[in-house]
Amino acid sequence: MPEHETTPAKRLPVKRPRAGMPTQDAKARGRNFNEVALGYGEELAVGEAERCLECKKPVCQEGCPVEVRIPEFLGKIRDRDFRGAYETVKSTNSLPAVCGRVCPQETQCEIKCVLGKKAEPVAIGRLERFVSDWAMGQSQDKPARIKPNGKKVAIVGSGPAGLTCAGDLAKKGYKVTIFEALHAPGGVLIYGIPEFRLPKQIVAEEVGNLEALGVEVICDVVVGRTITVDELFQQGYDALFLGTGAGLPMFMNIPGETLNGVYSANEFLTRTNLMKAYLFPEWDTPIKVGERVAVIGAGNVAMDSVRCAFRLGAKEAAIVYRRSEAEMPARHEELEHAKEEGIVFHTLTAPVRVLGNADGWVTGLECIKMELGEPDDSGRRRPIPIKGSEFTLNVDTVVMALGTSPNPLVSQTTPGLDVDKHGCLVVRDEDGLTTRDLVWAAGDAVTGAATVILAMGGGKKAATAIDKVLQGAK
Amino acid sequence: MFIIRKKRDLTPVTKLFVVDAPLVAKKAQPGQFVIVRIAPSGERIPLTIADADAKAGTVTIVIQEVGKTSRQMGLLKEGDGILDFVGPLGRPAPLTDKGPVVLVGGGFGVAPIYPIAKALRAKGVKVISIIGARSQDLLILEAEMASVSDELLVATDDGTKGHKGFVTEVLKQLIDSGRDIELVIAIGPMVMMRAVGKTTEPYKLKTLVSVDPIMVDGTGMCGACRLTVGGKVKFACVDGPIFDAHQVDFDEANRRGKMYATEQKLAVDRFEKAHHSGPCACGCGGGH
Ligand SMILES: Cc1cc2nc3c(=O)[nH]c(=O)nc-3n(C[C@H](O)[C@H](O)[C@H](O)COP(=O)(O)OP(=O)(O)OC[C@H]3O[C@@H](n4cnc5c(N)ncnc54)[C@H](O)[C@@H]3O)c2cc1C
Ligand code: FES
Repeated sequence: MPEHETTPAKRLPVKRPRAGMPTQDAKARGRNFNEVALGYGEELAVGEAERCLECKKPVCQEGCPVEVRIPEFLGKIRDRDFRGAYETVKSTNSLPAVCGRVCPQETQCEIKCVLGKKAEPVAIGRLERFVSDWAMGQSQDKPARIKPNGKKVAIVGSGPAGLTCAGDLAKKGYKVTIFEALHAPGGVLIYGIPEFRLPKQIVAEEVGNLEALGVEVICDVVVGRTITVDELFQQGYDALFLGTGAGLPMFMNIPGETLNGVYSANEFLTRTNLMKAYLFPEWDTPIKVGERVAVIGAGNVAMDSVRCAFRLGAKEAAIVYRRSEAEMPARHEELEHAKEEGIVFHTLTAPVRVLGNADGWVTGLECIKMELGEPDDSGRRRPIPIKGSEFTLNVDTVVMALGTSPNPLVSQTTPGLDVDKHGCLVVRDEDGLTTRDLVWAAGDAVTGAATVILAMGGGKKAATAIDKVLQGAK
Repeated sequence: MFIIRKKRDLTPVTKLFVVDAPLVAKKAQPGQFVIVRIAPSGERIPLTIADADAKAGTVTIVIQEVGKTSRQMGLLKEGDGILDFVGPLGRPAPLTDKGPVVLVGGGFGVAPIYPIAKALRAKGVKVISIIGARSQDLLILEAEMASVSDELLVATDDGTKGHKGFVTEVLKQLIDSGRDIELVIAIGPMVMMRAVGKTTEPYKLKTLVSVDPIMVDGTGMCGACRLTVGGKVKFACVDGPIFDAHQVDFDEANRRGKMYATEQKLAVDRFEKAHHSGPCACGCGGGH
């Protein structure tokens, strides 16, 4: 720890355009699974950090769900104290290498950046990624030994909510065990978000860091089937945290959805990312991509699916979306990257049915054109079908990326654990206390499909609350 | 790692494994299945539970060597480990209190029929079992089935054992003989289960089958396992795998099951090549 120094004379922010993100060439990367964005080097990072105005009231920080001390870490980057910068970020964000890559910064911290009013905001996300990647390349200090406090907490699900909650509790001396249904930890970070956006090695390292803190990760356990919530309590756990995500895929209920060649985005992405179907036949799991792929939807899940389809060898991969580009919920950067890679966009277009041949394989997607009417409940303009505008897209694979809802396996097998009409776990307070005592929950399981950082924020709050209650119960 | 305690070759291509999996063993009920992965680069495949011993902490599974993974698994020996073994998944078979129940097992489908017979018998329900195979040497678990059935009938396609012909013919004779039957449960190849459904439908005899579609996660997350039952789309891994035979769209289930036929053939060919010429390249660790 450096000694506390006196504040140096006020530095003047450097006026220069926002540093562009070095990326793999669009043509080449559209066909490989290597990471698209290559990350800033030290000079780019220091230069970008110098743009910060050091506002007295750092509004950027208010935009961050886990309140990363942004001006402080940017200052340390300017001083080339990269380790210090990393530690600042890490002190409130337990998965910075992940967040730096996948957070929707443009609607969180960066939208608040004062620079953004006249020019482009400071690239806070890219700098967060820079310090995390820098730290991963350095030898890590062994985490200080934590004195066990004698209490045990079980975490169900190893997505960002579960990992964050586990880390925070472990640091406080709890014996933490994570139970994960799949064969590898990470949740959406490992099965959903593709390698080219979030290398799996990074997720593995983050999980490794938790294990170094003493967290035990047990895969292949489906809570509700292999063991129930009540049985976990019988095994002596003092509290439980449910971070089970929103893993159930939705379909449109249009004719032809069970034809061969129709996938849910979850299946398409799980085969590709978790099971590495892009390495078939070296790896065993196959996938059918076909020559022309239509992905329905325009969120992050849809963008990931369509870009995977292209990388898997489709001649043409297209997004089919019933609203216009302005309403697309995907991260801005992903949309731009998809366009650069040659993804086709059919906006104001809604599928009507999937067409198939006599053998039951997809041959096309019948669609109808839409126009935008009055705003609906979501505040976005409601798409209305244009009569007689039906047409057929010639495709052999259709991927449904329409959203997901929470898996009922835990709620169905846990008496007293309530869900709302969307299947989301009901929480009694801000900290995520469910309708069962000593059971907390956060992340997509509570909110429905949302973001990594919100799941982490929820996991963090729950950890604080669990600690408070269990310490009070001493 | 889940250690293989015992292995038995039931036929040259059908192998039985008793696997250490105490948590699964404690929970397993007849009709449920596990998802298994045997290598870091391996696929996830569903296998129906053929028996479970909560005390010993073991689960029995039976594999038929058809695809690459099942062939590779056939090479595993006692003491070897299975990388992932998740379960028990799916809904248990509904065990009625009222018999007699006719259980029909075709080919290696006899294996998952066995725990259902055992459980029904334990409840005091009368069990009539019909088991079949192409030929006598492919017939499995005959003695085990005899021990948990009030009556055991056998059919082989070539007549080397029991009735010469299909299990459905034996079933039809049984129904036509005027015997009182409450329920039929059939497990086996898709064509056989469909035929059993066709046989019992005119008699309005309640019939259940256990479908085995392609799966990935086995927890309702992907929809790979979807099929149409009574005009509605169901996920076999969470809504099934046991469904009403008269409601299942077998044509659809059959073609969905063949979705990766080309890839499967490619994988099998590669595997066979690697295992019959020189050192092993399949990632199984060699030694065979
Ligand atoms: C393809 C895709 C791309 C995305 N892109 C972005 C992005 O760019 N930026 C962003 O911020 N967000 C993105 N999201 C959303 C983000 O990933 C999720 O909001 C976040 O992962 C939710 O975290 P979680 O911990 O609540 O749940 P999850 O990450 O879903 O993890 C839940 C875990 O619990 C396990 N589980 C479930 N049930 C059980 C059970 N019964 N027993 C044991 N384990 C169980 C699951 O297997 C899973 O591993 C994306 C989502 C997807 C699908
Ligand atoms: S196997 Fe994935 S939902 Fe059934």
